[in-house]
Amino acid sequence: MTAATLLSYDDALARFDPVLGLEVHVELNTASKMFCACPTTFGAAPNSQVCPVCLGLPGALPVLNERAVAAAIRIGLALNCSIAAECRFARKNYFYPDMPKNFQTSQYDEPIAYDGWTEVAVDEAAYRIEIERVHMEEDTGKSLHVGGATGRIHGASHSLVDYNRAGIPLIEIVTKPIIGTGAAAPVVARAYVTHLRELLLSLGVSDVRMEQGSLRCDANASLRLGQDAPFGTRTETKNVNSLRSVERAVRYEICRQAAVLTDGGTVTQETRHWHEDTGITTPGRSKEQAEDYRYFPEPDLAPIAPDVAWVEQLRATLPEGPGRRRSRLQAAWGFSDLDMRDVVGAGALALVEQTIGAGAAPAAAKKWWLTELARRANEQGVELAELPVGPEQVAQVQALIDTGRINDKLARSVFDGLLAGEGTPEEIVAARGLEVVSDETALGAAVDRAIEANPGAADKVRAGKAAAAGALIGAVMAEMRGQADAGRVRDLILAKLSP
Amino acid sequence: MDDTIRASAADLAAAMQAGEMSSVEITQAQLDRIAEVDGDLHAFLHVDADGALATAKRVDDARAAGEAVAALAGVPIAIKDVVVTRGLPTTCGSHILEGWIPPYDATIVTRLRQAGLPILGKTNMDEFAMGSSTEHSAYGPSRNPWDLGRIPGGSGGGSAAAVASHQAPLAIGTDTGGSIRQPAAVTGTVGAKPTYGGVSRYGLIALASSLDQAGPVARTVLDAAMLHELLGGHDPLDSTSLDAPVPALVDAVRDADVAGLRVGVVRELGGEGYQRGVRARFDEVVGLLTDAGAEVTEVSCPHFDYALAAYYLILPSEASSNLAKFDAMRYGLRVPPDGVADPSAEQVMAATRAAGFGDEVKRRIILGTYALSSGYYDAYYGSAQKVRTLIQRDFAAAFDQADVLLSPTAPTTAFRFGEKLDDPVAMYLNDIATIPANLAGVPGISVPSGLADEDGLPTGVQVLAPARADDRVYRVGAVIEALLVERWGGTLLARAPSVTGTR
Repeated sequence: MTAATLLSYDDALARFDPVLGLEVHVELNTASKMFCACPTTFGAAPNSQVCPVCLGLPGALPVLNERAVAAAIRIGLALNCSIAAECRFARKNYFYPDMPKNFQTSQYDEPIAYDGWTEVAVDEAAYRIEIERVHMEEDTGKSLHVGGATGRIHGASHSLVDYNRAGIPLIEIVTKPIIGTGAAAPVVARAYVTHLRELLLSLGVSDVRMEQGSLRCDANASLRLGQDAPFGTRTETKNVNSLRSVERAVRYEICRQAAVLTDGGTVTQETRHWHEDTGITTPGRSKEQAEDYRYFPEPDLAPIAPDVAWVEQLRATLPEGPGRRRSRLQAAWGFSDLDMRDVVGAGALALVEQTIGAGAAPAAAKKWWLTELARRANEQGVELAELPVGPEQVAQVQALIDTGRINDKLARSVFDGLLAGEGTPEEIVAARGLEVVSDETALGAAVDRAIEANPGAADKVRAGKAAAAGALIGAVMAEMRGQADAGRVRDLILAKLSP
Repeated sequence: MDDTIRASAADLAAAMQAGEMSSVEITQAQLDRIAEVDGDLHAFLHVDADGALATAKRVDDARAAGEAVAALAGVPIAIKDVVVTRGLPTTCGSHILEGWIPPYDATIVTRLRQAGLPILGKTNMDEFAMGSSTEHSAYGPSRNPWDLGRIPGGSGGGSAAAVASHQAPLAIGTDTGGSIRQPAAVTGTVGAKPTYGGVSRYGLIALASSLDQAGPVARTVLDAAMLHELLGGHDPLDSTSLDAPVPALVDAVRDADVAGLRVGVVRELGGEGYQRGVRARFDEVVGLLTDAGAEVTEVSCPHFDYALAAYYLILPSEASSNLAKFDAMRYGLRVPPDGVADPSAEQVMAATRAAGFGDEVKRRIILGTYALSSGYYDAYYGSAQKVRTLIQRDFAAAFDQADVLLSPTAPTTAFRFGEKLDDPVAMYLNDIATIPANLAGVPGISVPSGLADEDGLPTGVQVLAPARADDRVYRVGAVIEALLVERWGGTLLARAPSVTGTR
């Protein structure tokens, strides 16, 4: 696996115009699977959520999950799609051990929703993304290859298959070719997936956790000579499973393809694999090796003909559009335009909203997500939503501060504990011994020692320079190893040194 | 003893209701009969004596305790091995499912169990229901009680042979292109294919999902109607199941009358290619119905000529996909490839499918895979679906002119073993009259029409009706049965040679 020759991004963009296409797979959060009543809980013991239907036992038949259809229609409506008056499932035939029936029941040429659009904002510019289709399908099981390097099938001694995921409802959202983004292409790709995730979150149809695979992205990219030139040959980079990777993979493919073309070569139409660790793509299956899936209409399911009244009923359940939502939240929170742009830009709108919903003040909610947690997400190279810290926990931390039990500095230690999976904020405070010292006797003694050790500063305070108390407060806090309420310490110092 | 095994299901039910017989006695008599004669017939792949007797005892106890029981409670039944039965081996006539014990019941089996029908065992069939003779069973063919050198029809030859040889009063069959009706015709029994969606397919090992239907196999039209009423009705586990009540079939049999009924004789299902004796018995039935007051006319269904060709594209296409699941990964046979030290999953799949499937199954998987291939789909599968639509229109037009349609069930009487084994198309042609009903989803019944003069073997007549009008096929079937029994002075099966088990 060697890295390909790359052209610099600026050179690539100087010569070529990138065209993108994004296919996003979303696992729905329905309680049961697409075609049977099995539960869909993530992380259950292997093969504990299976039945004759999702195991593909002889004789078993699928029954369509109506809630999955409702979710698909709502996604379609939120993406301004037309909803099919009648559509069918098809069978996509291929053999693979983690696919119980050796065909996937999937929509093919008759998607439930089609021809939509959505708009994403990058800095000050808005990009309209055309949606080709939104269709329903079922997930496969999961293969675990044992004995080889890093879980790959190559070199593995054997494989284990977990069918818990088999039959979980999936929605595939496919864009039309995205043109006119120029140098912003990778950023637009990332912004689109970010936007989709927020949209799906606001619809409440999916957990959209990329690290758990409930949102997966395949990124198509091609280059052409100019805005009016015909499309070039595209590659499809599979399993780009973080927002940051979407941007990186698109950027990489642009630079790689530009180098191939500049060198007089041709881009091979193929699927490519994204390698998160090395930041490169490598060839997968070429068009010539592509399987013939022998699609045909699924005879075990009746056509779906969503009633117009039902579709309208579902339309009425759609959350407000992103623009209106932002204005409403900005007013409610009393944020400036700049504050709001920071929140949206960080992909923290829903998180901040939920944190406030869980009881935190708007400024506090914003502060934690945009400073402390943003820093940690950045360090780990993940998105805010991918951190193992949720809005509920942030609100709990803030509540501990508001009640004076910890301070901002101690809160950072609580976040360390949360990221390390040490339990609830309350448990972490107890386990790490983070509670502030509120014992007035101990505090008073520390204040006395500080005054004694810093006679100069004490004199200045006595002389009415309250600002000089800072040095004394610092000394007390140092002695208390930060576990004191700085405000209370200041009050004590001023009381003792009042003229 | 002999009376017990020859009695109809309706009579057995009545005798139990009257306290004259117990289910244990009846079930034991059937098990004894199986032990006595099935060595000759090979109708069963698996017999569950203990399970059947346990169910019989439960029904007897319930009845003794004064509990309400179903109409057919205590009447033993045999089940075609294509139907999934919890705890009972289910092979579908294939080596690839050898040793598989299903963890669940088909919906129709659940209904049989709830109604208290002792399950005698699983009956033989062509592998995955592909065939018209049981010669494609991986476990060897069943024999026709009328002539042990001849086929009992197929794919449900085991169920038909079991009922015809009095090993069971009732059996379950499945019909994808005639697999209930053709065996009924060549064994002198009654078999009905319900309207598509009328009986749940949940737990039938699918051959062709859009064509398969389970239905009753019996010795009388009334028995078939009673069993059909028990099997039928909406099943939420089958998305293609009709959400409508089962028509009143038993009432249709009891009040059978054809006066004023418009009966259409299908021009395309007769004449050339139909054995002389089959045609003669069919003409007699037409005459009897006319005498009974039916208005008989000839109708034409011009696209039926293309039915067989369309069927042999649609069926293999669906079957190639339905049979993909047999891959050695989760159940059934697993065969390691020869001479491969560390085989991949793909190699195990290939080796298992090569060893586990018979030639006819492989032939149809290959046909279907080809027909669905990119670049051929429109020409084959697509065209076949268009023919299917035209056949449905032919039926619609015919049912404008007639209340029911009539034809011979099969073009010939039972043929000899091996006669058509090397010529698949000749074998396929045996279903030429039964296939159109499956393509259109309409119900059909086959009732005995007599014996062909040239070979003395049973012939059958088929009654077809519009979808959801299953009661009509029973009404007309019952009239034909009554008129012929009166004419013969007894049932057709009474004239069958006795099977002794001494062969």
